[in-house]
Amino acid sequence: MSVQAETLLSVRGVETYYGKIVALRGVDIDVHRGEIVTMIGANGAGKSTLMMTICGQPQARNGQVIYDGQDITLMPTHEIISLGIAQSPEGRRIFPRMTVMENLQMGAALVDPGLFDEDLAKVFKLFPRLKERIAQRGGTLSGGEQQMLAIARALMSRPKLLLLDEPSLGLAPLIVKQIFDAIRVLNEEEGLTVFLVEQNAFHALKLAHRGYVMVNGNITMSGTGAELLKREEVRAAYLEGGRH
Amino acid sequence: MKTATKMKTIGDTVPNWDVDPVLSVEHLTMRFGGLVAVGDLSFNVGRGDITALIGPNGAGKTTVFNCVTGFYKPTEGRIVMRHGPGRQDDAVQAVTASGLKWKSAAEGGVFLLERMPDHEISHKAKVARTFQNIRLFGGMTALENLLVAQHNPLMVASGFSLGGILGLPHYKKAQSAAIDKAVYWLERTHLVDRADDPAADLPYGAQRRLEIARAMCIGPQLLCLDEPAAGLNPRESAELNELLKYIRDEHNVSVLLIEHDMGVVMEISDHVVVLDYGVKISDGPADAVKTDPKVIAAYLGVDDEAEIDVPEIRRDVAKVVAAAEAEKPAARRSAAKARKPAAKAGKAAAKTAGAAKADTATAMKLVGQTKSAKAPAKSSASKAKPAAKPKAAAKARSVAKTEPAAKAASPATSSATAAAKAKPATPAAAKPAPGKKTAPAKPAASEIKIANAGDYPGKQPHGTKKPRTGGGNNLTRIKGIGPANEKKLNALGIWHFDQIAAWTKAEIDWVGAYLSFPGRIEREQWVKQAKVLARGGETEFSKRVDKGDVPTSVPGRRGAAPARKPASKGGKA
Amino acid sequence: MAASDTNKPVVAQRGDPNSMYESVKDAAMAALLAGVLGFFFIGIRTDIAPGGLDLKMRWGAWIVAILVVFAGRLLLNLFVYKTRTPVTRSLSSGLPGSENTLAQVGKWLKWGLLAFAVVLPFFFTIFFPSRDRQFIDLAILIMTYIMLGWGLNIVVGLAGLLDLGYVAFYAVGAYSFALMAQYFDFGFWLALPLAGLLAACWGLILGFPVLRLRGDYLAIVTLAFGEIIRVVLLNWYEFTNGPDGISGIPKPTFFGLELKRGEGGFADFFGIAYDPIQRFIFLYYIIFILALITNFVTMRLRRLPIGRAWEALREDEIACRSLGINTRNTKLTAFAIGAMFGGFAGSFFATRQGFISPESFTFLESAIILAIVVLGGLGSQIGVVIAAVVMIGGIEMLRNLGFLQQVFGSGFDPAQYRMLIFGLAMVLIMVWKPRGLISTREPSAVLKERKRIGADMVAQGEGH
Repeated sequence: MSVQAETLLSVRGVETYYGKIVALRGVDIDVHRGEIVTMIGANGAGKSTLMMTICGQPQARNGQVIYDGQDITLMPTHEIISLGIAQSPEGRRIFPRMTVMENLQMGAALVDPGLFDEDLAKVFKLFPRLKERIAQRGGTLSGGEQQMLAIARALMSRPKLLLLDEPSLGLAPLIVKQIFDAIRVLNEEEGLTVFLVEQNAFHALKLAHRGYVMVNGNITMSGTGAELLKREEVRAAYLEGGRH
Repeated sequence: MKTATKMKTIGDTVPNWDVDPVLSVEHLTMRFGGLVAVGDLSFNVGRGDITALIGPNGAGKTTVFNCVTGFYKPTEGRIVMRHGPGRQDDAVQAVTASGLKWKSAAEGGVFLLERMPDHEISHKAKVARTFQNIRLFGGMTALENLLVAQHNPLMVASGFSLGGILGLPHYKKAQSAAIDKAVYWLERTHLVDRADDPAADLPYGAQRRLEIARAMCIGPQLLCLDEPAAGLNPRESAELNELLKYIRDEHNVSVLLIEHDMGVVMEISDHVVVLDYGVKISDGPADAVKTDPKVIAAYLGVDDEAEIDVPEIRRDVAKVVAAAEAEKPAARRSAAKARKPAAKAGKAAAKTAGAAKADTATAMKLVGQTKSAKAPAKSSASKAKPAAKPKAAAKARSVAKTEPAAKAASPATSSATAAAKAKPATPAAAKPAPGKKTAPAKPAASEIKIANAGDYPGKQPHGTKKPRTGGGNNLTRIKGIGPANEKKLNALGIWHFDQIAAWTKAEIDWVGAYLSFPGRIEREQWVKQAKVLARGGETEFSKRVDKGDVPTSVPGRRGAAPARKPASKGGKA
Repeated sequence: MAASDTNKPVVAQRGDPNSMYESVKDAAMAALLAGVLGFFFIGIRTDIAPGGLDLKMRWGAWIVAILVVFAGRLLLNLFVYKTRTPVTRSLSSGLPGSENTLAQVGKWLKWGLLAFAVVLPFFFTIFFPSRDRQFIDLAILIMTYIMLGWGLNIVVGLAGLLDLGYVAFYAVGAYSFALMAQYFDFGFWLALPLAGLLAACWGLILGFPVLRLRGDYLAIVTLAFGEIIRVVLLNWYEFTNGPDGISGIPKPTFFGLELKRGEGGFADFFGIAYDPIQRFIFLYYIIFILALITNFVTMRLRRLPIGRAWEALREDEIACRSLGINTRNTKLTAFAIGAMFGGFAGSFFATRQGFISPESFTFLESAIILAIVVLGGLGSQIGVVIAAVVMIGGIEMLRNLGFLQQVFGSGFDPAQYRMLIFGLAMVLIMVWKPRGLISTREPSAVLKERKRIGADMVAQGEGH
């Protein structure tokens, strides 16, 4: 595939610590332009830490994070974000006292205001529920709606690279499907590059071009989504129980 | 054995939750400013049941929880918590009239939760809860978390701290008893090795379990869990199921849970209540609710229209359609043209037919416990429901333990063979569905070649490049298949009801994965519906389709092409 | 490692951002800023001249300031901010400051300090006979602040309720005793418990309005409360004697014996020679025992359900309510017990000084007590001790900065720079240990192994 020629994000040998505790033990991943890449793994494997390390919070102690040809390992978070990375973080982290509209405006803070209405229409098309709640404060939304808002806010910044941390967490099955479809459409039609951390391994691997499996701060497997789906180890560890 | 006694008491007629409710929510309304989060909601939670509260995001589930646990004061309505058996209607009336918050007697008590502050609901009424976004005391150890939960009894034992400061032995005894209780629950939740670690240090799944353990340490009669399986992997979910069943069976604690994970809900719930926009849209045993069309439409999803937007599928469909068009005789095209004008007439005809048939119970048989949308049928339906419930529940408790997916997949009325059939996923288990009709050359490989067929678990079903003479069936008459899915099935060479009726387990798995909604085919009983439709019968759903009541299906086609009906009736070409 | 994608990224390696260029650019920015601000603050000097103000330019000082900022920033950039291996990291791991070492040291320090505190007056009388009075007086002052710190620690450290008006309870305790002595002739020992009780009542009274407040609002209302008490004391002239204060507050007696010269005094009764230092030693032991009681009660409370409820409240109030804890009562007890110890300390203060006026109870006192708690590490008892010694002792020690005159010349008055140096030291300590000197938390109950809990896990509660 020609799109894979160019690497947008490259993580090389990254080690991250919380105090003295090692969270990542030398992680290598690549995300090519126009790709959807997913990272699956058990709770506490370090998936979210990797996502946060990419954003520079915490910073990697060893190794490099290279985005679009630029070393961002030690860059402050706000500068990293201004390069076109948007994140929907673990735990949603919406602004609870601001309305849905204001949250979305915050997401669009770095974008040309002329594009706001267009972008707004786009995210409302993805999440009609948010339109109904437009004047409500973020903190009064239900958990699933907050999740939608977090993703919508990330999209409002017109990112080149979208980082999603467990977008399906706490969402109804129907909405999960919608969100994954939405990601696929964004990727397909706008060439958005997506790096996705998921517990919902089946959907994530189905969606992604490539996937990585993380165990205990190490990448143990990688391959195309379909390849991983077929692997017995993956099926046993992350897909068993018919929970999709 | 608990189940057996329960069966006796309910006399196979009225469900447990109406006979012996531990919690009754009556006409609960919660408004935030102009927004009605919950509107006139009533439901019961049966003693010793696991009750699931499900619904789309923002349906008001957590609001109900917050009202029950006192974090919100409901705008209107009554919430009754009962200790001790039975409805205790007199006591409830008396307390309501008296203006008291609660009244407890030796054998029980009645608590009006809407009148009580949150901490009393936990302390007096013994309702414990967990939170959607885990709220542990992160800087305190797991053990300390469980000791905080035993605050009130320990407070008394410490003589409201005075005795404790003086170091009286009475308190020391109480403290060690509290630690024993905490250790018991730590063992139950496999956390005893992490007892001295701060809660914030535990992995996510362990935090979820610790929160449940903490809630159990207050010694509740009702345990309210807000999305306990969110963020858990399948193995952890299975453990959670076991834990909840243990809590219900061994500690006689009733459980009310909000959950999106249908694997959890369908496997362990005795009773499911479905909310949408703050209103109850379905209420009944798990098996009945999961086939309720309203629930599927609002929550589980039949709306596969969206899938047509998925580019890869659109490509597939376009390819097949182009190929079919090329080969197809012009006749088909003209038939398609005729379809539209004829649709209206067909719709009207179907309506009268539907009305005439409304009373016949044939439809009921197929959809099993499905709640009928029609008012006159409602009463009989609700009576039929509970009859099936204890059986299903009993089965679930004995069998389902070993077969996580079995219950979710199997229709309530089917017997153990059906449960076995639904055993998860190894392709080896592929076995022809019992009672299937003679099928078109089944073992032959499909005429349709899907490039990445090997990417999906199971086996690709046999398909033909084009429908048999007379054209394909209207697959949208099967509940769960919309126009998009119909096109995709056609792309696989699936044109007829009898083809679907003949699917094996492995084939179902494969198609489920291909259409990217594994499990739904079983959940919605496509095969069973297809069998009926292939015989020329009708289902509740197909009747609604024919009447034009289902926006996601294509009503006109059946009326438009009556000639096709004999073909489908015959079951083969 | 199965097939980790290793096609090398096409990256124009710009090298580490610690390149000289980045650092110099950043330092130049800082120097520019210093130049602009310093032009007015340092570069221009105003003198009173006949006929108005006279402006005098001090170019030398201005340029020196800019150079200092440039060099300082550059060094920081090169070695701390913009480098892959900041020196602070190796420094902090090498220093005894790393959590475990400090905790280990703290264990021994605890008993060492206690032993020293017991013999302290005699230590000073024997080894510093000429300045013993000054040192013991300082020890009494430090001990008072330790007690206040421990009292406030209950509210701020354990329950996590930021109280900026703690000095109000100190004032209530002091004035209770002073007024009881003035109007009813109560002695210190009779007034002490009453003063504590009164302060506790005021704690409850303050507690009620702030129960529903969170965060900054809580802090502001407690601050206002502290000021209200002081202003009332100042203006209710008929009762409190206003700004003139109350004098002639009786000294404490030793089981009825006054510590005075001559007949019937303490020295006379025991047949020893009178020495004014005896009174200081006596006062020292009173506050020492009061502080020990405070510590003992706090430590006990931490292991009781109420103490755990306080800490749980600090961690998550909503979860507390879901567990049946009456958070209103729990907060009130925290306020009341904290206030009670403040009241005890207050009446001790009154008897020690013999004279009190509202001036002793300004917001600055609250700030110092809070600083002691925060610097020591929220919730840490030994941390409060160290912080009190450093802060109160440090300020006093800085009075003797004679040696600096040799460095900066005779025109330099070190006393003027006392607070500046002190403030700088505080800033450095907070940079080094942002969560206080002892920031780990000791669990209140243990199953198998006692593990200290890192500060990053522990919540700080409301208003931080």
